[in-house]
This record gives sequence, C-alpha cells and structure tokens, in this order.
Amino acid sequence: MTSFLPPSDRIWWNVPIGKQEIIWIGIALVWCLIMFFMMPYWHLFGKQNLSNEAYQTTPAQFQAKVDAMVEEHKVGEEAGFPVVRPPAGSDVYMLGRLWQWYPILELEKDQSYRLHLSSMDWQHGFSLQPVNINLQVVPGYEMVVTVTPDQAGDYAVVCNEYCGIGHHTMLGKIYVKEN
Amino acid sequence: MARFRVCPDSGFFFDKSAESLMKVNAVAGVVALLVAGIMAIGVILTRWQEIHLLPADMFYQALTSHGINALIFWIIFFEMAILYFASSTLLRSRLAAPRWAWTGFILMVIGAVMNNVAVFQGKSSVMMTSYVPMQAEPHFYLGLILFAVGALIGCFVFLGTLVIARDDKTYDGSIPLVTFGALTACIIAVFTIACGAIILVPTFLWSIGYINHIDAEMYRVIWWGLGHSSQQINVAAHVSVWYLIIGILFGARPMSEKVSRSAFLLYILFLQLASAHHILVDPGISSEWKVFNTSYAMYLAVLASMIHGLTVPGSMEVAQRAKGLTKGMFEWLRKAPWGNPVFSGFFMSLVLFGFIGGITGVVMGTEQINLIIHNTIYVPAHFHATVVTGTTLTFMALTYLLIPVLFRRALFLPWVAKMQTYVFAGGMTLMILFMLGAGTLGVSRRHWDMDFTGAALSFDYPGTAYMMMAVGGVGGVLGILGGVMFMVVVLGSLLFGKKLDAHAGLLQGFGFPMKAAAYTVEQPAQLQMAPKPVEEHGSGGFEAPGTFVLAMALLVSFIVYYFINWDYLASVWPLS
Repeated sequence: MTSFLPPSDRIWWNVPIGKQEIIWIGIALVWCLIMFFMMPYWHLFGKQNLSNEAYQTTPAQFQAKVDAMVEEHKVGEEAGFPVVRPPAGSDVYMLGRLWQWYPILELEKDQSYRLHLSSMDWQHGFSLQPVNINLQVVPGYEMVVTVTPDQAGDYAVVCNEYCGIGHHTMLGKIYVKEN
Repeated sequence: MARFRVCPDSGFFFDKSAESLMKVNAVAGVVALLVAGIMAIGVILTRWQEIHLLPADMFYQALTSHGINALIFWIIFFEMAILYFASSTLLRSRLAAPRWAWTGFILMVIGAVMNNVAVFQGKSSVMMTSYVPMQAEPHFYLGLILFAVGALIGCFVFLGTLVIARDDKTYDGSIPLVTFGALTACIIAVFTIACGAIILVPTFLWSIGYINHIDAEMYRVIWWGLGHSSQQINVAAHVSVWYLIIGILFGARPMSEKVSRSAFLLYILFLQLASAHHILVDPGISSEWKVFNTSYAMYLAVLASMIHGLTVPGSMEVAQRAKGLTKGMFEWLRKAPWGNPVFSGFFMSLVLFGFIGGITGVVMGTEQINLIIHNTIYVPAHFHATVVTGTTLTFMALTYLLIPVLFRRALFLPWVAKMQTYVFAGGMTLMILFMLGAGTLGVSRRHWDMDFTGAALSFDYPGTAYMMMAVGGVGGVLGILGGVMFMVVVLGSLLFGKKLDAHAGLLQGFGFPMKAAAYTVEQPAQLQMAPKPVEEHGSGGFEAPGTFVLAMALLVSFIVYYFINWDYLASVWPLS
C-alpha cells in the first residue's frame, strides 16, 4: 500500500532499480530511437514526404493563379466545373471554398506536378480518395506538394475538415490518364 | 470545531471543505458525461450510414457538444476532484483557500453552462476545435475561458495544499507516488490552460469585433497546445489513478519509486510536444520542427508510458505473488478480482490504453504516416481508445471506489456495476477497432454523409467501409448502453444506495457537508512512510515475469503494426 503513502525510503532515489525494469527501459529506449530515426530515414530514402514549401497568400492572389491556369489549359467541363489539363511537370492549382474543390484536374500517370493548395474562406481538408492522402488546407497559406500519380484512374477529393453545413457536398475530382 | 472525518472502511481522512469540493466536482463531471453520452447517441447513429439519424445541422451540433462535454468538461471536472483527493486526502492536510476553490468551481460551472447554451442555440456548431475563421458566438469562447480560469484556480489550490501539507508536516518523507502523478497532471494543466488563454482570449475579442483577423495557422499551432495537452492531463491523471487503485486493491508498492517518478518527470518535460501531431500535414511548418515535436523529442514521453505500462501491472504482480499467487506466469492475473468493477475497469483501461490507444497514437503521430491518417475517422478511433477506454474507464473504476469512501453510500445494483465495465469496454473496443479500419479506407471524420448527397460530383466508398461503420455503430451503441449502466449505478447510489454513514443523506451526495458530529478529528496524526518491504527491491531478478511477457507482447504488436503502416504509406502516390 505504498503507492499512495510516502516512499518507505527517505532517500528513495538511491534505491537500486531491479533488473527487469532496467532491461525493459533499455528495450523501450532502443525502440523509441528506431521510431525516431525512421522519420529522417524516410526523408532521405522514402518516396512520400511533404516539402516544406509554402507561401503566405490571399484568397484574391490565389484565385488569380487558379483562373490563369483554367484559362490556359481548360479542356472541357463537367457538372459546372472546368476540367483542366495542365502540361506534365507544371504548376497546378486547386482551391477549396464553400463547398467546392475547384477546378477538376486531369493529370498524366507517372508525371510529376507541383500541386498548389489553398482555401478561399474557412479551413478545408484535402483528402484524396481512394489513395487516402490527406492534407490540411488553410486560408492565407499556399502549400506546394510535388505529386506523382502512379496509377491511372478517377480520384475524388473529399473535404475532411469540417466546414459548415454543406461540408459533405464538397467533393472534387482529379483524373489520372495513361499517357 | 473538528475539521476532518475519517472513513472507517478505508482509513482516509477527509477535510470538510475538500470533501464537499471533491463531491461537487465529481458530480458536475458526471453531469457533463451524461450530456456527452446523450449526444453520442446522435453522433453514432448518424455515422452508421444505414440509420443516418440526424439532419446535418443537428449532427454537427451534437458532435460539437459531444466533443466539448466529453473531452473538456467531464474530464477536467473529475480531475479537479482527483487533485483535491491527491493533495488533501492523501496527505492528510487541510485544503488551501477553500473559498478560492469554490470560486474556481463556480466559474467552471458558469463557463460550462455558458458554452453549452451557445452550442444548443445552434449558431456555434464549430466543433471542439473551433478553427478560425469559422466563427462561433462570443459566449462560446467566453464559456471556455471562464471554465479554464476556474480550472486554473483549482490547480493553484492543489499546489497551495501541497505547500500547507509540507509546512504543517502532515506527512513524513516525500509525497506519495500518486500525489506526484497528480502534481504532474497539475503542471501539464497549467501549461494547457495558458495555451488556451493565449489563443481563446484573442479569438473571443475577434468574435466581438475588437480584433479583425486571427491567423488560421497560428490558431492551429497554439490551440493544439490546449487541445492535445488537455488530453495529456488525462494521461498523467489516469496513470496516477492506476497506481492508486493497485495500492488500494492489492497493497501494491511501486516496483521502483525512482523509475515511476522519473517516468512522470518525462511526461512533464516532453508530453506536451505532441500537440504537433495535429499539424503534421499543415502548410508552412518545417519537417525538422515536425519530427522533433511529434516524437516528443525522440519519443521520450512514449518511453515514459512504456515504463508505466510495465511498472503498473508489474507492481500489482509483485504484490499478488507475495500473497502466494505464484503458480505459472499468470496466476496473479487469473485470480485477480475480475468481478470487482474497480479492478476490471482499471485493468481493461490499462490494456486498451496501451495496446490500442498508445500504439495507434504513435503510429499516426509519425510525420509521414500522418499523411494517410490525418482527419480520417482513424483519428477519433485513436482518441476514443485513449480518452474513453483509457481515461473515462479509469475514472469510472475510481468512481466505484469513491462512492463508498467519499459519498458513504453502498453501490446501487452492484451486479450492474459488475457488468458495466465489460459492456462499456467491449462496446467501445468494437467501435474503435472498426473505426480504425474505416479510417484506413479513407472515411472522413466530422462528416455527415459518406454518400455525399447533394454533391455535384460523386464518389463511392468501398462497401467494406460501410460495413465497418455499421459494426462500429453497433459497438458505439453497446458503449452507450455501458454508459447508461454507469449512470444508473452512480445516480442510483447517490439517491438510493444504502447509507454507510448515518449522516450521508440526499444532499450530502451532492456536496453538502455531513453533520458536524461526523467530523471528529481536528488534525490527523502525521502520515508515516510506508513500511519497508520484507525483501529488498531488486534483489531477486525478475520479480514480475508475467508482466514482462505482456510487455513483450505489447512491443511485438507495436513493431508489427508500426511497419505495416510504413508499408501502406509506401504504396500511395509519391509526394515530395
């Protein structure tokens, strides 16, 4: 009954530690260090990392960039959204607003794109399904991620940051085409 | 006039004002849990897509209320009771500044009511996180601020009580381990509340128009100093309660005071860094910052939890073996009092917190793995494992312990209490496991409709995701049933439980002091140091082999699950 009584030794920090605890602490510490070094390891050798590239922006500035891209590379329209097919390797933009991901992007498989994301109003969550890549989209910040779609198909962008009553209708698309 | 009452069953001394404060805080906490539980019905039955109970506005309203009442009000009210118990009762000291403590409590009540009113009025469905620039009504933030100020006062009353106990020499030697753990929780709470004040005060001023802009990313970084750290208070508090429960039930002594206290010290130093878990996929934050913080500086707080994971059951095992339960690896565990809800609640919370809550938390808090988990329903699944099957289940077990000791009432319908911990833990575990699965399939958290009704475009989740949300729903309903059983036992005990003390009337159950005659001790005798163990610690090699086997099982599950997730991450689109 000593867990809630003062320790039986006045100088409790001098009491030697049992073998079992020392072994466990050693094992746990090694595991903790392995987990820690996995993260820098993945930065060096893994393929899924976020860049630290981001800029402060305003909704108007970001909107202007999106509009310029849509203007230049629009190839069609679907459900009221422009479908945009920017050239491989280029900067592509997607904005989140209540309650749309705009525009629809058409990308080529195995090509890299610099994807810029920002929000026009509240916070949104860029959740690419079914690959399940999730990024936070914050107003006032423009995040740049280089993506390399490695499978062709239709992908949905679900909003997974609560953004009000129409949150569940906020659905966008990214199409990945075979080249 | 005598100040203390002695509980004839447990031998604990209760200071008159501390006793009332513990009762009112515990009762207020249970009321908040009740509100959170009622809201949980709406949440779980809406996320179960085949039922889809509530319309969107009510769903988000219920989810906001559920989150705030469960994660903030229930837990912090209850923790105030624990702080007063761990200081005044365990140290046999009078409570410092009881009037301030009451002021703190009243502020907390006003704040909690004000915040709840704001949410129920319907214009503050902003979720617990209230991310700017989405705006709630001013009294939503003001309620939280008042609640935090009240809790801060409670923390200082706790610290003041430690000072008084030391000055009055109410105990010999060092403070007990349980009080040390409570002190850890208190220090983390002060940090947490400071973060809350730094961000919520300007947000409140913004909501009434005195400030025109709050940076959304700055809000996230500082808010999580409140949001995540408040859950770290729980970790420190419920680990302390684990030590208390093994001490009371088994007479267990910590395997090593030094090891357990050092682990608490690691919590103080590193646990709060985990606020970074929430901003791993945010713009404008560097990888170095993320890696250092999300890993609590090389996982030193995880190390602390792994240490407690060994020493808590290990201390129990040593105590049980000393009583002769030495057969095989696990006789000490097999012959534990599984019919006593205090024990079953404690032990299940230990296992579920470690195996599910701990492992999933570390995995999703890994910088890159967070990419495949952020804001999916995996996240609430994880924190239900920590906060519900960890903290809440522990606090339920403690409640069963306190009803006879503090409230002086016998448990009402003890057979219901006996089953309650199993129903609650079982239901919640089912829900958690299937929600983890659904999250892996990309199902979003805080989302009213996985069919995306009304969206211009369309997307279909796989059928498995629907199945998982449905099974999770069944688990959630079972969990709610367990919650109802808890409420029946607790309220039943306070209203109809057999009086163990002639003075324990109806009003006494809700904070009134007992008749003056019940308080017979002016100042208890000095609390003596624990008796020395018969056999000196550390002499006999492996004292708790069964626990070591359990710990290795935890480690193996941890390693396997950790690398499975890296493997899964490696399969998604390359990003750089």
